[in-house]
Amino acid sequence: MKFEKPAEMNPIDRMKVVGQPIRRIDGELKVSGQAKYAYEWHDPAGRYAYGYPVGSAIAKGHILAIDSEAAQRAPGVLKVVTTLDVGDREKGKFNTAKLFGGSEIQHYHQAVAVVVAETFEQARDAAALLKIEYAEEAGSFSLKEAKSSAVKPKDAGGSEPDTSVGDFTGAFRSAEVTLDEEYSTPDQSHSMMEPHASLAAWDGDELTLWTSSQMIDWWRGDLATTLGIDKEKITLMSPFIGGGFGGKLFLRADAVLAAFAAKAIGRPVKVALPRPLMANNTTHRPATIQRIRIGASKDGKISAIGHESWSGDLAGGQPEAAVMQTRLLYAGKNRMTAMRLATLNLAEGNAMRAPGEAPGLMALEIAMDEMAEKLGMDPVAFRKLNDTQMDPENPERPFTQRNLNGCLDLGAERFGWKNRGKPRSRTEGNMLIGMGVAAAFRNNLLLPSAARVRLDQSGTLTVETDMTDIGTGSYTIIAQTAAEMLGLPINRVAVHLGDSRFPVSAGSGGQFGANCSTSGVYAACVKLREAIAAKLGFNSADAVFEDGQVRLGNRAVPLADAVGTEGLTGEDGVEWGDLSETHQQSTFGAHFVEVGVDRFTGETRIRRMLAVCAAGRILNPVTARSQVIGAMTMGVGGALTEELAVDERRGFFVNHDLAGYEVPVHADIPHQEVIFMEEADPYSSPMKAKGVGELGLCGVSAAIANAIYNATGVRLRHYPLTLDKMLHQLPDVA
Amino acid sequence: MKAFTYERATSVEQAASMAASNPDARFIAGGTNLLDLMKLQIETPLYLIDINHVGLDKIEPTDDGGLRIGAMVRNTALAADERVRRDYSVLSRALVAGASGQLRNKATTAGNLLQRTRCPYFYDTNQPCNKRQPGSGCSAIGGFSRQHAVVGTSEACIATHPSDMAIAMRALDAKVETVKGDGTRRTIPIADFHRLPGDTPHIETNLERGEFITAVNLPAPIGGKHVYRKVRDRASYAFALVSVAAVVQPDGTGRFAIGGVAHKPWRVDAADARLKAGAREAARAALADARPTEQNRYKLDLVERTLGAALAEAKG
Repeated sequence: MKFEKPAEMNPIDRMKVVGQPIRRIDGELKVSGQAKYAYEWHDPAGRYAYGYPVGSAIAKGHILAIDSEAAQRAPGVLKVVTTLDVGDREKGKFNTAKLFGGSEIQHYHQAVAVVVAETFEQARDAAALLKIEYAEEAGSFSLKEAKSSAVKPKDAGGSEPDTSVGDFTGAFRSAEVTLDEEYSTPDQSHSMMEPHASLAAWDGDELTLWTSSQMIDWWRGDLATTLGIDKEKITLMSPFIGGGFGGKLFLRADAVLAAFAAKAIGRPVKVALPRPLMANNTTHRPATIQRIRIGASKDGKISAIGHESWSGDLAGGQPEAAVMQTRLLYAGKNRMTAMRLATLNLAEGNAMRAPGEAPGLMALEIAMDEMAEKLGMDPVAFRKLNDTQMDPENPERPFTQRNLNGCLDLGAERFGWKNRGKPRSRTEGNMLIGMGVAAAFRNNLLLPSAARVRLDQSGTLTVETDMTDIGTGSYTIIAQTAAEMLGLPINRVAVHLGDSRFPVSAGSGGQFGANCSTSGVYAACVKLREAIAAKLGFNSADAVFEDGQVRLGNRAVPLADAVGTEGLTGEDGVEWGDLSETHQQSTFGAHFVEVGVDRFTGETRIRRMLAVCAAGRILNPVTARSQVIGAMTMGVGGALTEELAVDERRGFFVNHDLAGYEVPVHADIPHQEVIFMEEADPYSSPMKAKGVGELGLCGVSAAIANAIYNATGVRLRHYPLTLDKMLHQLPDVA
Repeated sequence: MKAFTYERATSVEQAASMAASNPDARFIAGGTNLLDLMKLQIETPLYLIDINHVGLDKIEPTDDGGLRIGAMVRNTALAADERVRRDYSVLSRALVAGASGQLRNKATTAGNLLQRTRCPYFYDTNQPCNKRQPGSGCSAIGGFSRQHAVVGTSEACIATHPSDMAIAMRALDAKVETVKGDGTRRTIPIADFHRLPGDTPHIETNLERGEFITAVNLPAPIGGKHVYRKVRDRASYAFALVSVAAVVQPDGTGRFAIGGVAHKPWRVDAADARLKAGAREAARAALADARPTEQNRYKLDLVERTLGAALAEAKG
């Protein structure tokens, strides 16, 4: 099905199942421990062994030799497979850094060997016995130092690195009120609950891999490339995933190591990345340095807005696209954005939840708060005044729907924004109290997505697609979609996901998963409806699927009878026309936060949070809310604690475990509220939905920074907003 | 984790003699720190003596009006003890500020005193660390040192002691009771129990090989207002950037120990003497010899402000 024109009325609009607050259909499996995650598969053909990965001890250089003799002789050891043994391998197309093979070291903790033994403990013990001789080379590890050597990147994730409209320089120079500030965001780690893990089993030249992947088809292709085999020879399964946040978008070393190790010993092998390896072995959200300039007239109209961002990556990598939202979020006739990329020899920088917008809004939305203050305006009013219903870089191109101002208004009302005072004007005990606001913005991305649906004689509808559920609720919304389309109750729908034998879906990422994968299921269901109607001799356009029956006029046939003993199958996918080019599809929101800052110690604690989201049709308000509060929580970590600390001498992230890299704990997260605006966007898809999974993160951290300013009068522009950065500016207490 | 021999001791005497005859032996109690270190091959004992069944799990009054806390008393039980909460509440507060409920259920009094630093370089076996591999160098000096010690440091090590409990015990002048392999017993004031790093940061306490902690004694209650103020980036489950254990008398005199700033619980007599003059004077006296790094210089200011918060709480 090609989606080329805005959706008209369709069966989804009935909203009998879609849009209902239905609990996760996989919830029972999860809370009872029956949902099998990658490391929990115990039943491949043959007894499996354990592989323990070894990471490089240097950041850059070459391996001269690996002495694995002692490890090979250690108790229980079956095999040591080294990066020298497998030799140079073709890199998959989605990764910048190579995962395994050859002597070159591109970053710290790059996989250099896997030790395979009968037990996990034996493998881990023997791994420590490897003697690796390195030729270390000097590298570049400081973004600040590399900034001056940064260049205009050829590729900025499919976008232009630079944009320019009107005369930014002139308009900024002549503006009545101006802001020109520098901001920075640190490297961040996905830190999902479930580490990367794989179990590989070969049958002749065919490989079955149970793993933890957000994108089944991408992994399958890249694994085939690295192994040098046909993609068709690989079956990849990832039915349950304990979080990803972008860290499982692209093939990872555990899968490659497990595959090579299993081949080497002729038995299945299981490999998990140990937590301390994850920060430096895998990908991370790269640090940014951002410069923002805004010029406005005294009445608050923006006349010039400029956003530049510098980030680093390995050679061949991409910039963190931190300026993207600035191209679309606020009005202003004269504008410029630019991204510059420096070469760094840290681990690969790549997508983490809301790549681009998350760090971009961390800066932009502080700048907007600062600008509002310079203008003497309320920050809500300032944002509303500079709303635009057209793509400001292409003023002929409208947004399909854009209710940022509605989100700001409703949020302000619900949050009690009018009670916000001047900076450092409100205290409770030792706490300085403040409120902050920020806009949320994230584009709606569209990827093709296919599915297969089968209705059997018992009246059960089975959906198969390689879509993944990374904790987001994919199982549930897909079941809702199929149930709605066929007029069945949700308990008549079985959903099977994350298996490469199923039709290729959009996968989970970029907040495109929900809208795209359900649209693919919609397309398959349309096909099934047609098949059923054809079998009954109904005109499919007029047939009504409702209450377990298909009806035409006064003739009604139970669906189970209609499909007969053979059952009927529908398979199709959604492909996208040019509606996302003719129109701008984005999601919007407003974040409101109240913080308390200890006037003695500078500790910031969140007191209240509210997000109001305008993101198209909400397919399930329960799972969508979970997405948004989870994202808000991530924004708290991003604002207050999360930073991969770089050792710029040795070239690695030092705090590479969950003790050193502090994500929020329960005590950090207070009352959170989420409101979804009533919307249905016919331009986005037949589902009229968009994503919310990343929107909830976009802007939160800046709202916290702005609340800290309101509480303390201290303006922080460099994340994380830790107490050491503000202590000297807090009131004297001695 | 290296393969190791595991044996269970059922009495203190047995544990001590097992340790005396096995130079590579380590005692294991709650295991909340040791097991992590073994998994990472930072500690590689060949012989583990499980002391969870030796008794020593009572809190009893002493003849001089204090309390004798058995070495195996769990952190949860110690924090909840009515006498501790009434007469030594700084200790109770320090305990519940540490770790998590699950960890405190396992962690013991003696084990808490013996926990090792959380310096990230100590935990990464690719990196030089004098504490892990004597003579290899200190990676934290000149590296990521935001959490590290500012006072009592050496050229060899700037790690901190991570315990909250020990900070309160230092403020209370606790004494550590031990028995050696040959059966002799001694009492070590907590001030002398932990060592500064000097040239030998791998030697963290003055315990002798095989010496076994049997109890920690608290002197008779000293009254006053007890405050434990722990400062950290997140609200729970994090080690202190700075913590202050203070006991303040109605006349404003008192005593305080500082956590997160040194290789041992940090307490300075001259600083106690200045407490009445306020947080600034007392903190400056306590940190007179501080040698912070660029990344942890803020701790000097933070100690003063945290002590200020503690004194304000004591007054309030």
